[in-house]
Amino acid sequence: MLLTITNTARPATDLGFLLHKHPARVQEFRQSSGTATVFYPEAGEERCTAALLLEIDPVALARARGKGSPDFSLSQYVNDRPYAASSLLAVALGEVFRTARAGRCAARPELPGTALPLELTLPALPCRGGPDLAHRLFEPLGWEVEARSLPLDEGFPEWGESRYVRLVLRGSVRVADALNHLYVLLPVLDDGKHYWIAPDEVDKLIRAGEGWLRGHPERGLITRRYLGRRWSLARTALARLAELGDETEEHLEPALAEDAPPEATAADEAAAAEAEAAEAEATGAEAAASEKAAEPEVKVRSLSVRRREAVLGKLTELGATSVIDLGCGQGELVGALLSRPAFTRVAGMDVSPLALTIAARRLRLDRMPDARRARLTLFQGALTYTDKRLSGYDAAVLMEVIEHVDPPRLAALERVVFGHARPRHVVVTTPNVEYNVRYAFLTGLRHPDHRFEWTRAEFAAWARRVAAEHGYTVAFEPVGDDDPEVGPPTQMGVFTRDQRS
Amino acid sequence: MISVPELSLVVLVGVSGSGKSTFARRHFKPTQVISSDFCRGLVADDENDQAATPAAFDLLHHIVGVRLARGLLTVVDATNVQQSARESLVALARRHHVLTDAIVLDVPEQVAIARNAARPDRDFGPGVVIRQRKDLRRSMGRISREGFRKVHVLRGAEEIDAAAVGYEKAWSDLTHLTGPFDVIGDVHGCRAELEALLARLGWQGVRHPEGRTAVFVGDLVDRGPDTPGVLRLVMDMVEAGTALCVAGNHEQKLVRALDGRKVRIAHGLRESLDQLAAQPPEFVARAKAFMDGLLSHYRLDGGRLVVAHAGLKESYHGRASKRVRAFALYGDTTGETDEYGLPVRLPWAEEYRGRAMVVYGHTPTTRPEWVNNTICLDTGCVFGGHLTALRYPERELVQVQAEKMWYEPVKPLGTGLARDPGTLDLGDVIGTRHVETRHGGRIRIDESNAAAALEVMSRFAVDPRWLVYLPPTMAPPETSRLDGYLEHPHEAFEELAAAGVREVVCEEKHMGSRMVAVLARTPEAAAARFGVRDGTCGAVYTRTGRPFFADTGPLTERLRAACAPLWDELGSDWVVLDCELLPWSAKAGELIRRQYASVGAAARAALPEAVAALEAAAGRGLDVGELLARTRRRSSNAALFREAYARYCWPVDGLEGVRVAPFQILACEGRATALEPHAWHLATLGRLDAPLIAPTRHVFADLDSPASRAAATEWWESLTAAGGEGMVVKPAVHAPGRVQPGIKVRGREYLRIIYGPDYTESLDVLRRRFLGKKRSLALREHALGLEALSRLADGEAAWRVHEPVFAVLALESEPVDPRL
Repeated sequence: MLLTITNTARPATDLGFLLHKHPARVQEFRQSSGTATVFYPEAGEERCTAALLLEIDPVALARARGKGSPDFSLSQYVNDRPYAASSLLAVALGEVFRTARAGRCAARPELPGTALPLELTLPALPCRGGPDLAHRLFEPLGWEVEARSLPLDEGFPEWGESRYVRLVLRGSVRVADALNHLYVLLPVLDDGKHYWIAPDEVDKLIRAGEGWLRGHPERGLITRRYLGRRWSLARTALARLAELGDETEEHLEPALAEDAPPEATAADEAAAAEAEAAEAEATGAEAAASEKAAEPEVKVRSLSVRRREAVLGKLTELGATSVIDLGCGQGELVGALLSRPAFTRVAGMDVSPLALTIAARRLRLDRMPDARRARLTLFQGALTYTDKRLSGYDAAVLMEVIEHVDPPRLAALERVVFGHARPRHVVVTTPNVEYNVRYAFLTGLRHPDHRFEWTRAEFAAWARRVAAEHGYTVAFEPVGDDDPEVGPPTQMGVFTRDQRS
Repeated sequence: MISVPELSLVVLVGVSGSGKSTFARRHFKPTQVISSDFCRGLVADDENDQAATPAAFDLLHHIVGVRLARGLLTVVDATNVQQSARESLVALARRHHVLTDAIVLDVPEQVAIARNAARPDRDFGPGVVIRQRKDLRRSMGRISREGFRKVHVLRGAEEIDAAAVGYEKAWSDLTHLTGPFDVIGDVHGCRAELEALLARLGWQGVRHPEGRTAVFVGDLVDRGPDTPGVLRLVMDMVEAGTALCVAGNHEQKLVRALDGRKVRIAHGLRESLDQLAAQPPEFVARAKAFMDGLLSHYRLDGGRLVVAHAGLKESYHGRASKRVRAFALYGDTTGETDEYGLPVRLPWAEEYRGRAMVVYGHTPTTRPEWVNNTICLDTGCVFGGHLTALRYPERELVQVQAEKMWYEPVKPLGTGLARDPGTLDLGDVIGTRHVETRHGGRIRIDESNAAAALEVMSRFAVDPRWLVYLPPTMAPPETSRLDGYLEHPHEAFEELAAAGVREVVCEEKHMGSRMVAVLARTPEAAAARFGVRDGTCGAVYTRTGRPFFADTGPLTERLRAACAPLWDELGSDWVVLDCELLPWSAKAGELIRRQYASVGAAARAALPEAVAALEAAAGRGLDVGELLARTRRRSSNAALFREAYARYCWPVDGLEGVRVAPFQILACEGRATALEPHAWHLATLGRLDAPLIAPTRHVFADLDSPASRAAATEWWESLTAAGGEGMVVKPAVHAPGRVQPGIKVRGREYLRIIYGPDYTESLDVLRRRFLGKKRSLALREHALGLEALSRLADGEAAWRVHEPVFAVLALESEPVDPRL
């Protein structure tokens, strides 16, 4: 909420001309989020400091928020917006210093083109990625960066550092560039914008980034974060950047997939969203992860495709013609099943209404031909409740589902699937935890919502017991490269009901 | 007098112009009569559009089907002169296990033709009537063999005009009998055991001194040593009007054998036949007539009790058809047999969701077990088990041991149904639902809320067997108009006084995390009451049913140890407690760091620098006075805010430092104690003495006494001044009706955590808050919570307890201002 800009080039008060704000006056500017005041704490020949103080009205902010606001912290009533130098400050700065940002100065036309020894201070800047990211973003732009983490609470030193840094930038930079750097990079560091991102954001980014964003080594990260992780927008921006800088789109394309990785069930996605909200502050780790995710993502993707192919192949081999995908997520397997006419009846069940909505959209349910539509059923259900709708299929698939169930409730799932629904075949896949050592960046389990991951022996023991209790036999197959030491990344159990039961 | 069953399909038969509609209007309610003309109008906008007839009959059948499924007497007003038309209606009624009567209106041809001619809307000639009469004539010969219970024929206009319609009750309808009853399981010729059981139940001869009625579930005969003795005793009781008996499959087969029909002599039939052969023929004739006349089932006590030999699903209660009789006698079978040659039975009771208690026998088990408000009383007396009776309405089981194994069982007795009470059915929770509660009426749960709750329940909640209660949300009082306050006890007192509450208890509101604790004395008690058989003895969970920590076992164990005095105090092996887990940071540490400490850190970094910059500007003579003063004030608010949250945080290492403040005993064996006065709760829980247990400070206040109110207000001031969150004001004793069960009055400083550090700067804006929805939710969730506890205390089935608990979670998914 506070930004100070200090010029130390004589006459320092030239800053007033550049900013179009007179050093002897106190000027107020109404903003949608509150009131911005520009004043000069000092205005000497040697040193002149302009201060932009933005007073946020948190009540008005809360009222103005749209439903399902993308920014978690804004959906709460107690938030840091009145104090932290967030996107709200960037917006205020953008409006209050609009002329200065454009590099125009009618009174002293030579001034805007001159680099000045500037010092910019932001006492509380939310910085997802820690001081290091501030260095990475500002140093390539010619700033000397001083970024100091603020402690969360001096009374509880064990809580560690907050996500805020006190940022001081020093350098010889044109005022217009300095303002544009902040205008773009404040929301990038904060990584959470306060308003919905509309297509014209791309234009704003291109304008404000003119002359410096194209060559910035972190332009991918800046673009993604500025546009709030809306990948279609990010792609447009990247494509246009490519036009400007003669680089190919592919070259700029981030390695991350647009949506959740294909292996993630919708349950995962919801959990991920929740986990993300929960650890919105897990600063360094997150930033690092998103930058480094390229390699494992590619691998995971191929594994998920191989897993799906393995399941499809198995279902075909078993001669199943009606299949229910239990925990269908966003409908990847359901879509694959539908595209093969041999599967005459296909059902997808998931516990998440959101996942089902996404699945319906991805499968283009609303314009699916009647004949295909007639083969498909999608519905909400939970594997811990018996449900008549689960019965009557040749095969049920539990693909990467059981590891999302708390161990004490697995018994209920077993009864529901093997005891009540009792399809002829049940295909179960789950991660092989032994393989986790092969993922270089992985700490802990493969997904925040996994309640457990089993070794091959643990999975086999579970599967054999379940099979014995419910009159099934079970066979095991690897999915993915079968590592001689730790086995395959995914293990698959194929259950077949005994003839007599 | 035409007499039709109370629940039946009445088919009017007669040519056009025979006066069916007039007859129907005279004798039935308009809503009971579905006419083909009416349906034709609905589907064609023209009652005489014959092209629409097939569609009209589709609709007619649909309406009739829906009405019959709902148990409503229905009259079909159509000519029905053709056999095919009547056939389809009889079949429809059968599908709904409803009897069909036909009423034939037979008027002379000329009368019908004249009537039609007089009606301008009937533009067809006499040929139609002549043809219809021909059809009717042809039909009359065989109509009585078409499946109608009775065919009532009224000849001529005079007889039709003079007719009266009366109703007869279904034979199974004994709803006017209210008992009390002693329902007795399968006797199978065990006369001595039956006499012993009756004696134990207090019977003297064929009468009970307290006027109780015995109800036999059938299978009096076969296998045992004295089938004639049992029959004689039961027949005497029935004739004396002190007993009822429904048919069992063994009686059915014995009658067939006595009739000389070819039956396979097995399963103890030989014993009965031999024993009866030694009886005088008059006795055999009497016994055969008795057994032959037994009904498939009885509905008793206003429909709250249903007795059938092999049980009966809800849609068959009070119905009559061969299928209903087969179900009642043999149960729901797959038609297959198992390795012992016995029929494979379907577990209808597991899916039973009806409100009537169903008591039955048929399947011998070692121990009678309640399954969804049904119970099987066949405990294999003849196989050396027990003879069992259920006292109704007491729900008390009385047993006598068999003298010996009279008959070798084909297969070992089962242990009841192989059913895990943890199995819940999706049909119990999804879709738009209405939950009946005894303290808040019928509560509607929207489909979308149920869908959201299903996801949370399935993915995050603890095992539903432990999840027997979720606490309701609690509303704050009307917003205070006192300067500087958003909430004040005055409004809470006013609200409760206006609702007729005289005395309240003000309980300290612990600033921690709401916790529900379900504790069992032993693993056996946990298995018996909660169906959890993995050796755990309890669970603790949050207000949304989630576990507190990755492993809540140690906390549960400690709490169980601390609450040990309650077992004797309550006379129960299990208890459900409403508690607060302290400190706040133990559960909410992540939230505090992310949300509160972050805001504090940013504020305390930014505001002092802003103050310094403004002071410098002021030093230069700039006019920033007002902004400077405001910024200074905000800076001090930020410090107060930090104090507000830090007060509720203290470091915990594992469980060291964690405390639990139980403030209400929600339920224990046989008692929904949540309804007890708060004085009892606080006194009982106040006697718990363990380091883990934190006391709940409280004062009682007499709302009629201004001094008492002032004292409580002063108490609140002192609590909150010392940093307390505030207090909860509750009616001292359970207040029925739409009275808030608790109103939270939060302290001024605490509210900074809720409304933001600077909320005191904008009180006027914040006073515009809307409590209606929060209050309504609080009442509905409270009623649902009490319902869950009552069902739990009554020993109802798992799904019955789960239903209101799930509903609370569903209501919690309603968006509501989170600051309230």
